[in-house]
Amino acid sequence: MTPAMTSLKDGLLKGGLGSLLILALIILVVFPLTLDLFRLNLVGKYLTYGFVAIGLVMLWGYGGVLSLGQGVFFGLGGYCMAMFLKLEASDPETTKIQSTPGIPDFMDWNQLTELPFWWKPFYSLPLTMIAIIAIPSLLAFIISFAMFKRRVGGVYFAIITQAVALVLSVLIIGQQGYTGGVNGMTDLKTMLGWDTRTDSAKYILYFVSAGLLIVSILLCMWVQKSKLGTLLLAMRDKEDRVRFSGYDVSMFKVFVFCLAAALSAIGGAMFTLQVGFMSPSFVGIVPSIEMVIFAAVGGRMSLVGAVYGALLVNFGKTYFSETAPDLWLFLMAALFIGVVLAFPNGLAGLYESHIKPWIARRVAARKASVTPRTPAAPTPPSTSLSSSAPPAAPARA
Amino acid sequence: MSNTDFVLAVEDLTVSFDGFKAIDSLNLYVDKNELRVIIGPNGAGKTTLLDLICGKTKASKGSIKFKNEELTRLPEYGIVRKGVGRKFQTPSIYENLSVFQNLEVSFPRGRGVFGALRFKCNAEVRERVQSVAEEIGLAEKLHTEAGLLSHGQKQWLEIGMLLMQDPELLMLDEPIAGMSVRERELTAELLQRICQNRSMIVIEHDMEFVKRIASKVTVMHQGKILAEGSMDKVQSDPKVIDVYLGH
Repeated sequence: MTPAMTSLKDGLLKGGLGSLLILALIILVVFPLTLDLFRLNLVGKYLTYGFVAIGLVMLWGYGGVLSLGQGVFFGLGGYCMAMFLKLEASDPETTKIQSTPGIPDFMDWNQLTELPFWWKPFYSLPLTMIAIIAIPSLLAFIISFAMFKRRVGGVYFAIITQAVALVLSVLIIGQQGYTGGVNGMTDLKTMLGWDTRTDSAKYILYFVSAGLLIVSILLCMWVQKSKLGTLLLAMRDKEDRVRFSGYDVSMFKVFVFCLAAALSAIGGAMFTLQVGFMSPSFVGIVPSIEMVIFAAVGGRMSLVGAVYGALLVNFGKTYFSETAPDLWLFLMAALFIGVVLAFPNGLAGLYESHIKPWIARRVAARKASVTPRTPAAPTPPSTSLSSSAPPAAPARA
Repeated sequence: MSNTDFVLAVEDLTVSFDGFKAIDSLNLYVDKNELRVIIGPNGAGKTTLLDLICGKTKASKGSIKFKNEELTRLPEYGIVRKGVGRKFQTPSIYENLSVFQNLEVSFPRGRGVFGALRFKCNAEVRERVQSVAEEIGLAEKLHTEAGLLSHGQKQWLEIGMLLMQDPELLMLDEPIAGMSVRERELTAELLQRICQNRSMIVIEHDMEFVKRIASKVTVMHQGKILAEGSMDKVQSDPKVIDVYLGH
């Protein structure tokens, strides 16, 4: 291997490719082999939050911009997908009992007699797929351009994103005839004639979701490795120095905000496909804050860690809500406060500062004590990796 | 406003904060390849003047021309791209990045979003980083985290980050504040080396240091120019003595 290749490989490993491989192994092999379809479908749903979480790693961890409104983009992506599926589920044949057949049922209930013009592009899957990325990115661009060009940042920006989340959820609930209101868009059945509710479809959607997530993480790693990634870290440290080195700081923040929005939207679209509906309860302030919790618990500097954060918090949520329905919100809050207080860099930070040195010590001790007669026992780290301590990309800061 | 041969021509510059004129109808001309030192008591408006030139503060009135181009309407990054570099008073470096990364990020290419995504650290960039690192005496420290450097080394690193951009006008705000005697000497040598082929404005309090580096000194007081000329001439000016020694 040439030195250049070796250094490239080292760089990628340092950048967390090793931990990404472990994550890929867990979600692509271990989960499908060990979980029943119901649980696997749940994991698939959690993984869609993973998209939001890695977006937050880029935006919050790297860019230093906290958004408390990622639910907006998750929701927009999800709604774009839901609109396509809803139109397909509302063909004139199945809706012939409506007073206006051929339009979604909730429109009929709200006395709409014609499909609004802005729904029409969603008859087309390619246009829908473009819209899933383009609409949230465009909204993100408008919000962030307006804010960052005026140097609005920090807490003020976070509050504005909250306001946007509130506005959008109120808008969706209020415009019942166009959006399905508080119930959301339900009874989604097929995609281009392919029934998304069957067992095989659920498996396929799970793998598509997991695959897209891995690809998204690779994309983010590439951004982190680029000069733009370094600049983001530099901006978080000394914004003025970057500005007075000839960079338009605001545009870098706009870019990373749009990237996070697009990732969230992909997550939202995959959510709709797997869960079979979309509703305003995934758009507002509360879900948006939960999404920040995923990234915080996993570690906001670690892409892979954030995915574990999303999985773990959601497992916890499901587990607590099954076993202690009255207490689960409190337990969730305790988990969040505990993690943030004890490990500000999340589980990934915990792994970096405690587990990794411990593994290194164990490996070193084993190497020292191993004699030719005693075969090496399986290495201990593999068990600890999958459960409580996610491997993580080394924090670059 | 007429065009001139000066690298920097500041004319009738005024900025007021809530009625207080921090800079008051100030005129300042800097020649090509000149090293100008600005001195003055605290609150004289020295740092504000640099803020105005580099666009950090917007002027209320007046003009700042760099090579006959008006700077007052340009955004900060636009001013930098024209060739004006500015070092801040406290060392502004990226503590979490290595010395190499600090310099690399300052290389003037790939400054847009997509340019930065495509930017490759090629041989040209590495050579430039190496030569600048040697210039500022940090060639041995390229892979050290910048936050671990001494105070003086941080100041040099920031100067190095500006040198990466090869600015035609370099503005330094108290570059030797907090430095040891030895570090001051090295810095004076560094400034004398790097002022070749570029103009520099240095704000400084330390008179020994000023004597060492300056050919021409501008004394500011209450937002105005009080005196201008050689160090000896300025030091013997009764107005300057009055301002420095009190009333």
